[in-house]
Amino acid sequence: MAAETKHLEVTLDTHVESVNLAEEMCVRVAEAAGFNEDECYRIGMSVREGVINAFHYGNQEKPEKKIHLAIELTEERMIIHVLDEGKGFHLTDVPDPLAQENLLSTSGRGIFLMKAFMDEFDVHPGKTGGAELVMAKRLPGLGSPHSNGNGSASNSGAPHQEA
Amino acid sequence: MPSLFATTREYSGITLVDLSGRISLGDGSALLRKTVRDLLDEGRTKIILNLGDVNYIDSSGIGELVSGFTAVRNRGGELKLLNLTKKVHDLLQITKLFTVFDVFNDESMAMRSFD
Repeated sequence: MAAETKHLEVTLDTHVESVNLAEEMCVRVAEAAGFNEDECYRIGMSVREGVINAFHYGNQEKPEKKIHLAIELTEERMIIHVLDEGKGFHLTDVPDPLAQENLLSTSGRGIFLMKAFMDEFDVHPGKTGGAELVMAKRLPGLGSPHSNGNGSASNSGAPHQEA
Repeated sequence: MPSLFATTREYSGITLVDLSGRISLGDGSALLRKTVRDLLDEGRTKIILNLGDVNYIDSSGIGELVSGFTAVRNRGGELKLLNLTKKVHDLLQITKLFTVFDVFNDESMAMRSFD
């Protein structure tokens, strides 16, 4: 019998308050899934950064656009999807915020933080346009052989700036 | 309720800003920006941000710290950080901003660093 996957989806307005709301929702789910305080902080921060990215860069703060947040809990992982209604982007186009020339940039660290704090992170084109950020963390007690969620980033990136 | 509070103290031409709460997208980042800009407008260019009661900073808050650092430096001054919590310390470390900011754990040492 297939394991049950719990699924929650919400559609958020393109508004600053949506950032806080998304963070709070995901932290509550993470707490219920058994993540400890530090991991809940990292998950909450990652979701926050994902929704900031959608709010600011993806939807360009246009109120008529929406942000789609989905949370999945499988037997092994908590998976979070953040989909915007913008133009989409490629991770390879994202500047490295740790490069010397970018250290004093006032933006460009969100994707880097999501990569640092989650076990898995990727960006896909949305089915109807936009960018879909997908991030996942293994549930507590299952081990984390490829984890980079200990606060040290193994790679780099930054919030995208759509052309 | 505001997410960030700021109070300022001044000793010997050095301004200490005691911050408490969250420096994050929205009013937290906006208050930090306004506080630093107001100090610069008053000609105060030796600034220490006491982050001892700041328990959360997101990328927007990090950007605002960098923006303040640059704005103060462009006026010929210095902006330094005091009393980082572990979360803020770790964030500055992984973003390599420890190499940018002067960071202190002791207020008197931070004050003397302007000598």
